[in-house]
Amino acid sequence: MIHDLRATNLTLGYAETDIVRDLDVVIPDGRITVIVGANACGKSTLLRGLARLLRPRGGDVLLDGTSVQDLRSIDVAKVLGLLPQSPVAPDGITVADLVGRGRYPHQSWFRQWSAEDERAVAEALEATGTADLAHRSIAELSGGQRQRVWVAMALAQDTDLLLLDEPTTFLDINHQVELLDLLTDLNRESGKTIVIVLHDLNLACRYADHIIAMKQGAILAEGSPVDVIDAAVVTEVFGLECEVVPDPVSGTPMIVPRGRHHAARRRVTAAS
Amino acid sequence: MTLLETPTPSREAAPRHRPGAGLAAGLVLLLGVLLVVCFFSITLGSRGVGVPTIWKAFTDFDPGSASETVIREMRVPRTLIGVLAGAALGLSGTILQGVTRNPLADPGIMGINAGAAAFIVFGIMILGVQGVIGYVWLAFAGAGTATVVVYGVASFGREGATPVKLALAGAAVTAVLSSLTSAIVMTNVDALNELRFWQVGSLAGRYMPVLWQTAPFILVGLVIAMLTGRALNGLALGEDLALALGQRLRLTRFVMFATVAVLCGAATAACGPIVFVGLVVPHLARFICGPDYRWILPYALVLTPIVLLVADIVGRVAVSPGELQVGVVLGVFGAPAFIALVRYRNLAEL
Repeated sequence: MIHDLRATNLTLGYAETDIVRDLDVVIPDGRITVIVGANACGKSTLLRGLARLLRPRGGDVLLDGTSVQDLRSIDVAKVLGLLPQSPVAPDGITVADLVGRGRYPHQSWFRQWSAEDERAVAEALEATGTADLAHRSIAELSGGQRQRVWVAMALAQDTDLLLLDEPTTFLDINHQVELLDLLTDLNRESGKTIVIVLHDLNLACRYADHIIAMKQGAILAEGSPVDVIDAAVVTEVFGLECEVVPDPVSGTPMIVPRGRHHAARRRVTAAS
Repeated sequence: MTLLETPTPSREAAPRHRPGAGLAAGLVLLLGVLLVVCFFSITLGSRGVGVPTIWKAFTDFDPGSASETVIREMRVPRTLIGVLAGAALGLSGTILQGVTRNPLADPGIMGINAGAAAFIVFGIMILGVQGVIGYVWLAFAGAGTATVVVYGVASFGREGATPVKLALAGAAVTAVLSSLTSAIVMTNVDALNELRFWQVGSLAGRYMPVLWQTAPFILVGLVIAMLTGRALNGLALGEDLALALGQRLRLTRFVMFATVAVLCGAATAACGPIVFVGLVVPHLARFICGPDYRWILPYALVLTPIVLLVADIVGRVAVSPGELQVGVVLGVFGAPAFIALVRYRNLAEL
């Protein structure tokens, strides 16, 4: 199913401050989009705005041509899912129960639990490799397992668009790669449109079909990582002197920061 | 909880409904316990009565019989009020803890008790109100006003009434109202005396008129409260996820607080500020059922009246022919029980 998620002239903010200003963006359908940027650049705010968690100060978020503010919450939730940063599970909840709560938008008072719900939960557990954890309590799981369970919950919601806010935070590098591989599988196999806010620029370049680099609430560059990410952009976005070399595994841009100390030593070595 | 269990390939669907069936059976059992407790609440007391007397009191009432009058005019209304107020406090506590995600939330945190007490004192002082019926309406108005003020204050700002802002607003409003109440009571001995008895929380001296006035509010509130399970399950995942799953957060919160205001207001009006059950019983229910509010709510609905009536009966029997107020009994026996529960298992983080 083809969906069109875009923002026009979008302004978002909290209290007196505007975080995102007059931003236009189109999320490519069926692709993996990764949003990167320095802390407080507005990337999470943009994600929350796209997911209808924040009411725009100005402009609009359009889902299939209609402003999300004009759509019913429940209808948005059937098409667009969001996994927030570091969600907290209710105490004592089991994996299957938590994943089942992702079915909320498909249920009602008269239709509490259906075969369809059963199937969606089983598939979500299967896809994330958490089926054999189904009866365990969330509290017993490792960080990596827990994050896969949260993704399973978002999958059980069965939306064509899935937005994830820094899903790899607090995960070891192996679990980061494992999780991003899983999201790539989901994108390739079911054509889900995936939008991820990521901290790690190298992983972002590797996994993104489309990368959006933000600075001070605006989009500085966007496009395919190979086309967009170079030393100048990284310096502009993060204020970091660096070199960009091809990733030896994927060929995507890889950022090698200069720093003050090591870069200096290298220059000395080269000179001597 | 168990309705959501999913059979894995290795473990087939056989045990799927078993724990759910267990919880349902437990609920039926507790209903039976509640009926037994109600029976004892009617028969036990400084004047013991038997089943035939109870039967006769309702089928062939003899106004001349003291026992039959006691049953009709005192024991039965007292028991019914205990059941209704208990259910109201239990569900209010459950909803407040769920919606604020604060394990210590109870009617006190919303300024409800302070509001009711303040209005009663104002009523006695300024309007010269006297008698239980007058207090019922004052308490109701006070509890309602306090909830509205707390909710209103907490609603300022971008995110509306968040749990933290609600707790802060509740604490602030409670402080203001308590100071005002104290100031008045210090200068007025009559108000002090009236307030002293009201403030303990008691099922004694609350008869048919009190029941008729508060029961409609409580019944409506109970029905709405029982329908909040799904929404509470969503809220338990945090605001962002609740929104992402399609909940209308502001509306949900508003409905829940309105329901709590009605339930707590009516219960407080009927019995005075009965503390503790609204805090403890939801934890007990959660302890039995796990984190699914669709089970926690019915358990709290049945468990709280049991606890309240047992405390009331103990208060009547322990110092017969005198009486200990139910609020006192709950504090004396409830506090150690609560500590035991906390020590046995860390209380749920909400």
